[in-house]
Amino acid sequence: MYRYDDYDQAIVDARVEEFRDQTRRRLAGELSEDQFKPLRLMNGLYLQLHAYMLRVAIPYGTLSAPQMRMLAHIARTYDKDYGHFTTRQNLQYNWIKLADAPDILAQLATVQMHAIQTSGNCIRNISSDQYAGAAAAEVEDPRPWAELLRQWSTFHPEFLFLPRKFKIAVVACEEDRTAVQLHDIGLQLHRNDSGEVGFRVFVGGGMGRTPMIAPVIREFLPKAQLISYLEACLRVYNRFGRRDNLYKARIKILVHELGADEYRRQVEEEFLHTQTLGLDAPQAEFERIAAGFAPPAFETGLSDDVDRSDPDFAVWLDKQVAAHKAPGYAIVNISLKPTDGIPGDASSAQIDLMADLAEAYSFGELRITHAQNVVLPHVRKADLQAIWQKLDAAGLATPNLDLIGDIIACPGLDYCSLANARSIPLAQKIAGRFGDLERQRDLGELKIKISGCINACGHHHAGHIGILGVDRKGEENYQLSFGGSGAEDASLAKIIGPGFSEDGVVEAIEKAVGVYTSLRADGERFLDTYRRVGEAPFKEAIYG
Amino acid sequence: MKILTGNDLVTGDVTWWTGDGWSRHIEHAVDVDSQGEAIAAAEEAARRVNGPYVIQATMTEAGPRPAHIKDRIRAVGPTVRPDLGLKPADPTIGDWVI
Repeated sequence: MYRYDDYDQAIVDARVEEFRDQTRRRLAGELSEDQFKPLRLMNGLYLQLHAYMLRVAIPYGTLSAPQMRMLAHIARTYDKDYGHFTTRQNLQYNWIKLADAPDILAQLATVQMHAIQTSGNCIRNISSDQYAGAAAAEVEDPRPWAELLRQWSTFHPEFLFLPRKFKIAVVACEEDRTAVQLHDIGLQLHRNDSGEVGFRVFVGGGMGRTPMIAPVIREFLPKAQLISYLEACLRVYNRFGRRDNLYKARIKILVHELGADEYRRQVEEEFLHTQTLGLDAPQAEFERIAAGFAPPAFETGLSDDVDRSDPDFAVWLDKQVAAHKAPGYAIVNISLKPTDGIPGDASSAQIDLMADLAEAYSFGELRITHAQNVVLPHVRKADLQAIWQKLDAAGLATPNLDLIGDIIACPGLDYCSLANARSIPLAQKIAGRFGDLERQRDLGELKIKISGCINACGHHHAGHIGILGVDRKGEENYQLSFGGSGAEDASLAKIIGPGFSEDGVVEAIEKAVGVYTSLRADGERFLDTYRRVGEAPFKEAIYG
Repeated sequence: MKILTGNDLVTGDVTWWTGDGWSRHIEHAVDVDSQGEAIAAAEEAARRVNGPYVIQATMTEAGPRPAHIKDRIRAVGPTVRPDLGLKPADPTIGDWVI
């Protein structure tokens, strides 16, 4: 994993002390809330329904075991003994005291973590593939590029006050586990016809109020020009993005209004200038960063055989374990979606356990997924059963990856001041209705995503079944959408009809699942069947 | 009735105006009538509360009940974690919220 150099550590430490002083001044009355609010938000500290909420950045979703332990320590010491892993691969604490915030940030800094740029109209935490460095199909590890972007975007003086927040994802597989086309900028490493590796650049995707799938703005960008090209993309946005209208301020609106061709033309024109400025990282600096992501020392000669005689273990194995590029190794997906649990929540003890498992079995590495689960990326197959037993004992071995019980849900109205409706209780009701794991497996891949408001933190636009909570005259109501995908076959879910109460949604999903099971062809997922037959039979079953 | 709520500046806890101070318990909230905005401004300036605002509520036998579900959730804590709320032992608290 990448380790901070002296510069990285110095700026994070300095930021902690700066925020400590700002907090002191706020508590002493030297700063008003109007003055302090943008300062605390720049450090990830929000005021939510019940308390201050601190959002901690987990760059490209990668964590070391000591960092994971620090997250548990903070949850135990300063919060209510748990944390919430988010759809942007971050972690949120829900019960922070203002006076504790500087100490928390100081403790995070000791393990090279921070909460910088987890709020505000700036470039947010860079997201990436949770299988990075482990997936057999990737062109190369995307994380050195994500780290380069982290360093480039941190405190970038020109891009700290963009028209609106800005999210970048970097992937290196054709199989997309990050919703790369639904980011402001999506970067996909791939090979061109000459065999060279470069970036396919998507610009102008996003969810929220106006969901859009990003068009390809550059099919092939030489890797060495990444920074100067992104500078051009951001400069065009910074200059012409709609600062006059909050709801039209994201880059997706600019790209849409200009048209992809015109936006591309303006970027290329700007790029002619930015590539003369010496902005791109020197090769030696990139190599220094990349060295931090050198593959671990995988053992050779390991067997790929796994004893499947325990049927429960075999079920978990089939669902939660993915192929690794190294013979004898596997990728373990840890479910944070027990049937009666809260999607993405983990107790301090569970977080500690996952850190221990990473240290003992996965070269000390963990990953957070945008689907609110955790990954041990480099596990010997010979250790899988021992890991499963420990996860199972801690309630972390539900074998439901990508099944109907593996629901993405934002914190919703239970925690969030922006929400219109609760997301978590609905997720629990749906997971409970389909609690039979054998039935879930029979239904196959079926991604339900729930957002408590139009901001779409629960990615409902990208759900095979998406659910949006709305406020209807003071009552919670839920709009149901079908046909979305955040994967390589990206699509936006379409509203199926009038909304429902919480219980009504569960019944409607039951009916939709019934349509799917009666119409599915061999090997078809729910999404495939929906795309093939269209919405009519689903609508008929739900509303007819 | 109108009641005044906000968050404690230091702890972030949800608080309710009691007439002469702030309480974490909504049962202590009083009708601020038309004085809410003035009290809010004075209390915020004194750094005793953060982000105060006036809400509509109805008086019930159990005390004031906010008109909007968001404020009812604020009053008792997350519905999915009653163990973290102010009334973890009250089995009827969910009904009060919904």
